[in-house]
Amino acid sequence: MSWVCRLYRSSLGAKYVMATTGLLLFGFLIAHLLGNLQIFAGPDAVNSYAEKLRSLGPLLWVARIGLLVIAGVHIATAMKLAKANQEARPVAYAKVTHRAVKPATKTMVLSGLVILAYVIYHLAHFTWGVIQADHAHLEEELGGGATRHDVYSMIVLGFQTWWVSASYLVALVLLALHLCHGITSVFQTFGLHHSKYACAIKMAGPAIATLIFLGYASIPAACWLGLVKLAEAQ
Amino acid sequence: MSGHDHGHGHGHAPNPAPSHAPSHAMMRVNLHIWRQKDAHDDGRMVAYPNVECSPDMSFLEMLDVLNERLQEKGEEPIAFDSDCREGVCGMCSLTVNGTPHGPRKGTTVCQLHMRSFRDGEEIFIEPWRAKAFPVQKDLVVDRGAFDRIIAAGGFVSVRTGGCPDGNAIPVPKEEADQAMDAASCIGCGACVAACPNAAAMLFVGAKVSHLRHLPQGQAEQKRRAQAMVDTMDAEGFGNCSNYFECEAVCPKEIPVKVIAELNRDYLSASLTREERKADGGGGG
Ligand code: HEM
Ligand code: SF4
Ligand code: FES
Repeated sequence: MSWVCRLYRSSLGAKYVMATTGLLLFGFLIAHLLGNLQIFAGPDAVNSYAEKLRSLGPLLWVARIGLLVIAGVHIATAMKLAKANQEARPVAYAKVTHRAVKPATKTMVLSGLVILAYVIYHLAHFTWGVIQADHAHLEEELGGGATRHDVYSMIVLGFQTWWVSASYLVALVLLALHLCHGITSVFQTFGLHHSKYACAIKMAGPAIATLIFLGYASIPAACWLGLVKLAEAQ
Repeated sequence: MSGHDHGHGHGHAPNPAPSHAPSHAMMRVNLHIWRQKDAHDDGRMVAYPNVECSPDMSFLEMLDVLNERLQEKGEEPIAFDSDCREGVCGMCSLTVNGTPHGPRKGTTVCQLHMRSFRDGEEIFIEPWRAKAFPVQKDLVVDRGAFDRIIAAGGFVSVRTGGCPDGNAIPVPKEEADQAMDAASCIGCGACVAACPNAAAMLFVGAKVSHLRHLPQGQAEQKRRAQAMVDTMDAEGFGNCSNYFECEAVCPKEIPVKVIAELNRDYLSASLTREERKADGGGGG
């Protein structure tokens, strides 16, 4: 068995894989958030950003497949760990009183699966245009007969529907919960622990999760509350 | 660790200073105890209502009294482990009301007293629950898995012979303190019993941390981390999900910092350790 296989098959190796793939997914979350926040800069910013992304062609596909593989490994390893953990205690206690277990930690598999379901729903909504299909294929007139995909109107119209915005907010709460535990855990998993910064690491998860939540939630919230409007309505 | 006025590493967990004169009034508790004939029996919870005891008895003395009653009635006494009964040996191993070693922080169950319970309280007593710690009888589990983990790497290799000069290798005080703190682990297994995943990371971390902070332990640091973790995995313990429940129940208050150190050592060992051909990597 090569050392890589042995590492992956060990309990700690699986944890390094969780932390590495989690961190990469987190990197995607940051990049995606920065792209999305351009909605506040108006239709032109978002539509030209979307056009640029689509024009990447094969590069875009490399990124998509990369993300898919990373997410797949993260989920498969999570399932492997969850199964092994269940098997490690075949007979349950009649009574359990925990002192330290936190809800965010206990619900990692649940919050993770909700995120997965949400990602599929989100793709069906904005990428495949299956949900709210009448908003998905709007075109922006650029003059001279040229047009481009009107992503701005798709987003704003989408989030004006209350149940769409509400479902995004619910998913974001669970994402924040996942990150609360996840981000702090990454440090422990890689062995970064010192009394000098133990407190900062403990705060990092909840603090960064809150920032991510506020950043993402601002978009559906602003559209729903009418702070961000359609181009014609401005 | 923080928040405690008593230090750890000295074996003797402090008891609550009784704020009143020792009470001679007796109290009664309603026990629910796991009974299991042998390793193959399914086992079940059995109720022992109205067990009389003194608030000044230790938890184990209360069980001794119950066992005397059972024997008088010709019933099989309840099997449970204990040895020193002063918090240093690591034998006692009862999960009391869902918490290993019971409700008092930094205290082994042998150092727990009945005054920590209310008169008439319902008390659930169960063995450590983990696949790697099979129940042998009633509340007694087989913790041989810990011995096998120690045998895999919880040692330093030395030449036997004349006794070496005690302080031949100077050890900085801060390092010695960290080694001593980790060395206070008594191998009781409460960390495994408390972990929702039945992981043994706090125990293995304590053993690895103990030796990695000493010059004598550093030569074998990488090999040790790999061998002990690989044995831990083979014994069927779970994986760490960073619940940190282990730290909260450990009678010696071993901090989860030792787990971070183990994670660091295992990663660096996996990436950088030179392996001999015959070594197979882990066991060595
Ligand atoms: C945007 C998506 C996601 C991000 C950013 C993310 C991030 C993270 C991070 C940073 C960790 C901490 C790793 C560690 O313990 O060091 C983690 C753990 C975990 N993730 Fe995710 N995750 C995502 C999606 C998912 C999904 C879809 C699942 C589906 C099951 C999932 C399940 C888990 C589980 C179960 C753990 C805990 C593993 C353990 O401690 O045993 N995650 N995640
Ligand atoms: S780390 Fe604490 S709980 Fe675990 S075996 Fe050692 S003393 Fe017991
Ligand atoms: S019997 Fe020795 S520590 Fe409890």
